[in-house]
Amino acid sequence: MAAKWSLTGALRGMFQRETITEETWDDLETALITADFGPDITEQLIDALRADVDRLMVDDPKDLKRMLRERLEERFAEFDPTLSLKERPAVILVVGVNGVGKTTTIGKLARFLVRNGQSVVVGAADTFRAAAVEQLGTWAQRAGSAIVRPEREGQDPASVAFQTVEAAKAHGHAMCIIDTAGRLHTKGGLMDELGKIKRVIEKQSPIAEVLLVLDATTGQNGVNQAMAFIEHAGITGLVVTKLDGSAKGGFILAVQERTGIPIKLIGQGEGIDDLTGFTPHVFVEQLVG
Amino acid sequence: MATFGSLSTRLTETLAKLRTKGKLSAADVDGTVREIRRALLDADVALDVVKSFTAAVRERALGAEVSEALNPAQQVVKIVNDELIAILGGDSRRLELAKTPPTVIMLAGLQGAGKTTLAGKLAKHLRAQGHQPLLVASDLQRPNAVTQLQVVGSQAGVQVFAPESGNGIGDPVKVARDGVAEAKRRQYDIVIVDTAGRLGVDAEMMKQAANIRKAVQPDEVLFVIDAMIGQDAVATAKAFQEGVDFTGVVLTKLDGDARGGAALSIRGLTGKPILFASTGETLDDFEPFHPDRMASRILDLGDILTLIEQAQKAFDEEEAHRLAEAIATDGFTLEDFLKQMQQLRKAGNFKQMLGMLPGAKGMREAIDSFDEKELVRTEAIIQSMTPQERKQSKILNGSRRLRIAKGAGVTVTDVNQLIARFEQAAKMMKTVAKGGMPNMPGMGPMPPGMRAPKKGGKPQGKQLKRSGNPAKRTEQPAAPAQGSAFGKPKAEGAFGELSDTEQETLQRMLGNR
Repeated sequence: MAAKWSLTGALRGMFQRETITEETWDDLETALITADFGPDITEQLIDALRADVDRLMVDDPKDLKRMLRERLEERFAEFDPTLSLKERPAVILVVGVNGVGKTTTIGKLARFLVRNGQSVVVGAADTFRAAAVEQLGTWAQRAGSAIVRPEREGQDPASVAFQTVEAAKAHGHAMCIIDTAGRLHTKGGLMDELGKIKRVIEKQSPIAEVLLVLDATTGQNGVNQAMAFIEHAGITGLVVTKLDGSAKGGFILAVQERTGIPIKLIGQGEGIDDLTGFTPHVFVEQLVG
Repeated sequence: MATFGSLSTRLTETLAKLRTKGKLSAADVDGTVREIRRALLDADVALDVVKSFTAAVRERALGAEVSEALNPAQQVVKIVNDELIAILGGDSRRLELAKTPPTVIMLAGLQGAGKTTLAGKLAKHLRAQGHQPLLVASDLQRPNAVTQLQVVGSQAGVQVFAPESGNGIGDPVKVARDGVAEAKRRQYDIVIVDTAGRLGVDAEMMKQAANIRKAVQPDEVLFVIDAMIGQDAVATAKAFQEGVDFTGVVLTKLDGDARGGAALSIRGLTGKPILFASTGETLDDFEPFHPDRMASRILDLGDILTLIEQAQKAFDEEEAHRLAEAIATDGFTLEDFLKQMQQLRKAGNFKQMLGMLPGAKGMREAIDSFDEKELVRTEAIIQSMTPQERKQSKILNGSRRLRIAKGAGVTVTDVNQLIARFEQAAKMMKTVAKGGMPNMPGMGPMPPGMRAPKKGGKPQGKQLKRSGNPAKRTEQPAAPAQGSAFGKPKAEGAFGELSDTEQETLQRMLGNR
């Protein structure tokens, strides 16, 4: 077992030194890059912090750490992380590339909503991947939500989505979460399909949230993913999954800033209750310590 | 995609700056190295690997070989590329099969890396090679992973051993062990064990994976990793190396636009070879890993140098010379077009070649959607023309086009498109032949006819004469006429102005030893 890498650990070394030296800055850069912030944001942060340090004549690394935390928090907190689920039914469409944890996220989200007294229906519009419908079925059962399955194999996902919203209306479910097949953002045809799914749903009811699920282990490609999904599916919020691993997901800052779409939910494990809202303070605390 | 190819642009800019100078200064090298470092980080290469990589490039670039070279940009590109391929592992290794069947292959990796899909692809691939694979469903964690493997197995036409239905119930170690026993009993020669996705930091799950490994004694343990992974590749790869001591790596989702820096990180850190690349959602999207292709993907160098090397191998010089003359004298015909394409095909993967052509970067999307079959169709169309038509495309009227379309088994639209493309190419060629190619660092020698039709002389001759001032250069295109037609310029003629070492370097660079 490798020890869990942590930014906290990486930063600890640097903040134990008595004064800020060039080495402190090198360590800071290493820590930020290793957390996947990417070269651009890392450079920005360091330049800004250097200016602050000069201006305020700080030479205690502890102060530098506090300043870093403040800066990150400020940048993460720039957008509003609340889910807007006022519509009835509140339709939530979940999209993302393959293997980021869309179905798992839906299971957790459904559970969260059910526990808060909402009645939920999930729609298995991932008719492409083998056994995706069954996977969602298992999660729906665990969460205690209803599920709309495709009537036949390989059914048009848009029609499954349509039926799900229809079922939500007919049975008075307050929330309606629709799963979609994972698709790489470079596949034009598949991305267009998302547009169709959206249009078909909107014929019945406005869409409350389109959530893009991003895997925390993703590197700088996350920005490309988000850009493409915004273009084709009009994302309203980001979900970051697999934050229970060693990945820090620093790239989501770049995603949030470049796209203006707020991070709304965070997945931190395989258990059904491992989904929380995004709190910049807590997130940065975990990142920097 | 938006950011795709940006490195190439940036690097080309930096290298263009280099090109204007005669020799590399330390400051130049540092500037380039900084760009490369940044580009590698953007490509998600692990920081440690980036550091050692850039240090190696810097050291080599500052060495004597560069400061004496005529074209520093070319040298830097070559050094970077060489180092990249060296780390990525030179030649790729094949799957190692056991001497006494069954060969046991175990798959391991993070959640969502694509293990189950890969299991199907690998099974199909092996079945196509005449093996009898058995898939073993040891992922009892993820809901319905077992069902997914069964579906994938039936798509691949192979048997799946799945005694447990999964969803958190059952012992994956036992399933794996029983699976191998089953394979022995029923004489399958390959067993592929699919395991649950797990995080490197999850001690319990890593222990389980280690137990599966111990129980089935696999011949290959393949670490399946998503090409999109970021800096975490380091921690993850290390954890899996310690946990299951994998013997090879499979890179998945390479059909996306991630640069796949993880490949470099994992090679650099663990030294384990990358065996396969997975490039799409259908079971056939699977291929052996090519380090050289990966190198150009990660850094997207637009391998100008490689282009020169490859082109030199494939293009026979005589033909190139004739072609260049034809272009300059406005005699570029469909026949030349066809020959040129056939030669490019000889040079290897056409798509790759296109990608390497300087200036082709803007055409990236067009290249990506380029279908190699298109070439065959084009050939068929041109070959359905009469010699006269090939020489004078202008005579192609409607009825001729219809005849050609019928002959080639395509539609008239296809023929029209080809001719339009050809005319565009011919026009471009003419521009190029007249005005030279601006901003192409490292393009190296141009076929002689391009600048001075029918004057003979090796390109080297001109390249050297050119080193003076540009005004003078335009005045003396006829100068290098003293060489033999081409191929063997006399040293005291074309190379007279150079020192011995410079001549030697030059000859070597031009593959003209």
